[in-house]
Amino acid sequence: MEILTAIVVMALGALTLGAALGYAAIRFKVEGDLITGKIEAILPQTQCGQCGFAGCKPYAEAIARDEAEINLCPPGGDEGARKLADLLGREFKPVSGGGDGEAAKPKLTAIIREAECIGCTLCIQACPVDAIVGAARQMHTVIDALCTGCELCVKPCPVECIDMAPVPETLATWKYAYPVIPIKSVERASDVSHNVAAMNDAESSHQKVA
Amino acid sequence: MSHYFFLLIGAVLVNNVVLVKILGLCPFMGVSKKLSTAYGMGAATTFVLTLATGASFIIDHYLLMPAGLEYLRTLSFIVTIAAIVQLTEMMIARTSPLLQQVLGIYLPLITTNCAVLGVPLINISHGYGFMESLIFGAGSALGFSLVLVLFAGIRERVNAADVPPAFKGVAIGMVTAGLMSLAFMGFAGLDR
Amino acid sequence: MLQKLFKFKGGIKPAHHKAESRGTPIAAAPLPGHLVIPLSQSAGEAAQPVVAVGDKVLKGQFIGKAEGWLSSAVHASTSGTVIAVEPRLMPHPSGLATLSVVILPDGEDRWMPLQAPDYKNMSLKSVLQYLQDAGVVGMGGAGFPSHVKMQDSAALGDLVINGAECEPYITCDDRLMRERAGEIIAGSGIIRDLLQVKRVLIGIEDNKPEAIAAMQAAVEAAGETTFSVVAVPTLYPAGGIRQLIRVLTGKEVPVDQRSTDLGIQCFNVGTALSVWRALNLGEPVVSRVVTLTGNVEQPGNWEALIGTPMNELLALARPRADTDGVIMGGPMMGIPMPACDVPVTKGSNCLIARSPTLFPPPPPEMPCIRCGACARACPQELQPFELYWWSRARQFDKAREYHLSSCIECGCCAYVCPANIPLVQYFRFSKSEIRAAAREQKMADSARARFEFKQFRAEREKAEKAEKLARAAAAQAAKLAAERDAAPEGESGAVGDAADAKQAVIAAAVERARVQRAETDSRDA
Repeated sequence: MEILTAIVVMALGALTLGAALGYAAIRFKVEGDLITGKIEAILPQTQCGQCGFAGCKPYAEAIARDEAEINLCPPGGDEGARKLADLLGREFKPVSGGGDGEAAKPKLTAIIREAECIGCTLCIQACPVDAIVGAARQMHTVIDALCTGCELCVKPCPVECIDMAPVPETLATWKYAYPVIPIKSVERASDVSHNVAAMNDAESSHQKVA
Repeated sequence: MSHYFFLLIGAVLVNNVVLVKILGLCPFMGVSKKLSTAYGMGAATTFVLTLATGASFIIDHYLLMPAGLEYLRTLSFIVTIAAIVQLTEMMIARTSPLLQQVLGIYLPLITTNCAVLGVPLINISHGYGFMESLIFGAGSALGFSLVLVLFAGIRERVNAADVPPAFKGVAIGMVTAGLMSLAFMGFAGLDR
Repeated sequence: MLQKLFKFKGGIKPAHHKAESRGTPIAAAPLPGHLVIPLSQSAGEAAQPVVAVGDKVLKGQFIGKAEGWLSSAVHASTSGTVIAVEPRLMPHPSGLATLSVVILPDGEDRWMPLQAPDYKNMSLKSVLQYLQDAGVVGMGGAGFPSHVKMQDSAALGDLVINGAECEPYITCDDRLMRERAGEIIAGSGIIRDLLQVKRVLIGIEDNKPEAIAAMQAAVEAAGETTFSVVAVPTLYPAGGIRQLIRVLTGKEVPVDQRSTDLGIQCFNVGTALSVWRALNLGEPVVSRVVTLTGNVEQPGNWEALIGTPMNELLALARPRADTDGVIMGGPMMGIPMPACDVPVTKGSNCLIARSPTLFPPPPPEMPCIRCGACARACPQELQPFELYWWSRARQFDKAREYHLSSCIECGCCAYVCPANIPLVQYFRFSKSEIRAAAREQKMADSARARFEFKQFRAEREKAEKAEKLARAAAAQAAKLAAERDAAPEGESGAVGDAADAKQAVIAAAVERARVQRAETDSRDA
């Protein structure tokens, strides 16, 4: 009898709560998602496809759906991965391929050796951000201000006339360096005498050469 | 009235769930990396905990005790808490998808947050009435949120400091939590 | 006239070191061997060169065209021949080269024919255009184009003329006010009329009594009633715009606003002089007064042509043997020059010869103990120790929360820091990182917009093509159907129709290919 009461009570409780949750699920239905936009804002928009997705937006959507790692974007680098980790509360992982200790790749821009260009328009079609201008059988050129350095135009070129060159520093892009604390070498008396001896040695060797 | 006031202060500071009772450490360490997240987690837990204490009191007094089913307390409380957490998650998903993403696994894990189960059980063992239960629940939740937010603030700052590599991350977090716990011991004796 | 003065928070009182260079009158510097005139001398884009190698130019001739409204024109500082238009090192902490025009003087220093504009009968817009073409920029150091500062004159109440010159060592504005007070007052009068302000406040630090007296006399001589010359207490950085406005008017410019939002605009005394020269004589900015001081035998002020190499100019003050570098600007905010032969620009108010004894290397940096001395000294009421904490950890969002952008880099915090932390260097680092991130974000946004448009375009083209094909096929089918109807034997049925449609599509494709081939053939021929 007691067991029966227990079962009835629990079943009743479960039923009530289930009904309440079911109603809430309909009442508080989620529409759209805001997080994809926030993820996409962090991605560098090179549209290079190195993450394995067809551009930055599909990658952002995949991250939002929890289907992709956050460390697949080499142009964004570790800095970008760190920002994504911060936004999503996930664990930071260094960008795959880049390696942690390796310095970030300098920003590149495509340059077409215009004398060699045959005007095939293949690079124009490959450029995801419309940074190459030209027409069929006319010389093409890269608008460097618009180039994201994704290197997608390099492969399609049949005459291999596209180079990737680092973007030169200008007054507008120059940055102050991180202040470095100068390390002062403190010499002890024994060191000084040692150094003097070394200098004398160096001098005598110079004289020998002379 | 002053009884309720002291109960509240006692729950927030003197018998703080996290630092004195050492309950709910999982989200305390887990979601205290960023201040904004800590605010969200604090609010969610406050909501769940206050609701859970009220609901569990009603269930205990009007369902379990008359039927003589006190031994089902833990089970029925967990079920109630789970339902409330689900409700909270839906509401958060609707109001702030970002917060939901950021809280991630910790949001459903409020269900198994021992503070959320522990506080209703403490209520019953202390023999608190409905109002007292509610105030003690809200006080504990506020205490949890307060400590979580303070801890997140400290961690953000410690993050920017020169921490020896061996102590980076959770290790220095544990040290910090220990120091905070020591500090909160200073509140002992405040309410009596 | 007695005026109530106000105080700004913080500030420091470093040793003045003004006595060395303030005693002698401004002398004209002799023509240098060659002039290097950088084309980026304003806050905006670099000017575009309009001369080529080999061109003969006259003094005051246009050599760089302003590029956009924030840019400013550049002129030849003397007559001679253009011997190069190439990137040269410029006085900038980066040590980067920018496009410069190098002129070999012919020794005649011959002006091009000057014609003063009839500015009183010109519209405001054309006067501002004239000032842009005359290359008038702020002479206080920042080089912000003056015409931009005059463009929105609506609802301005006060004009502040900045003669505070609060930084140690610098005395060029002091000498300028003592010797050319009349012109400065006349220039300020022009600016006042252009901006239509009611009151002109000339703020001068009270350690320059002669300049105050000279300016007072000039105001009286000009019979100006709207002008008041105000002696402000000597306290660095009283010459900061926000600080000077606070002292003179008691108003505090909010963090996210400019002084013009409070109805106040501010110009340097040197700028007022340039405006007078440009509008009254038609002279563009080709020279400026530079204080030569520091580790030299004969400190003083010289009127130097823009583009004079600094080592040639500094030689006039006879630097001592142990001089190991040049600082442009004052010791607080100045920047060490990347080389000794960088040219004087419109913003070079002072050159300090550096020596290890005068400016010993900074003592080693020690950990911040959060003593708060920097916060007490900060004239912008910031918390430098917090800014330092976050800048050091590269957490720029946090630094921004503590209003890093409000920092004027005056150096008060670093001056008082007992731990010798180079705070300003950290703030500059942090600020330039924030600026770079904003620039990258902007580029990424535009890249995304272009990418999305490209995708949209591809979709549209695909849809259009499909539609065109369908239409052509339909037309072909109709034609065939008509033919079939005309034909006596009517083979009908669904199978036949489908086959017809397919046939039509193939026929259309063949036709298209033929036309295309014909086109290309005719083009090749």
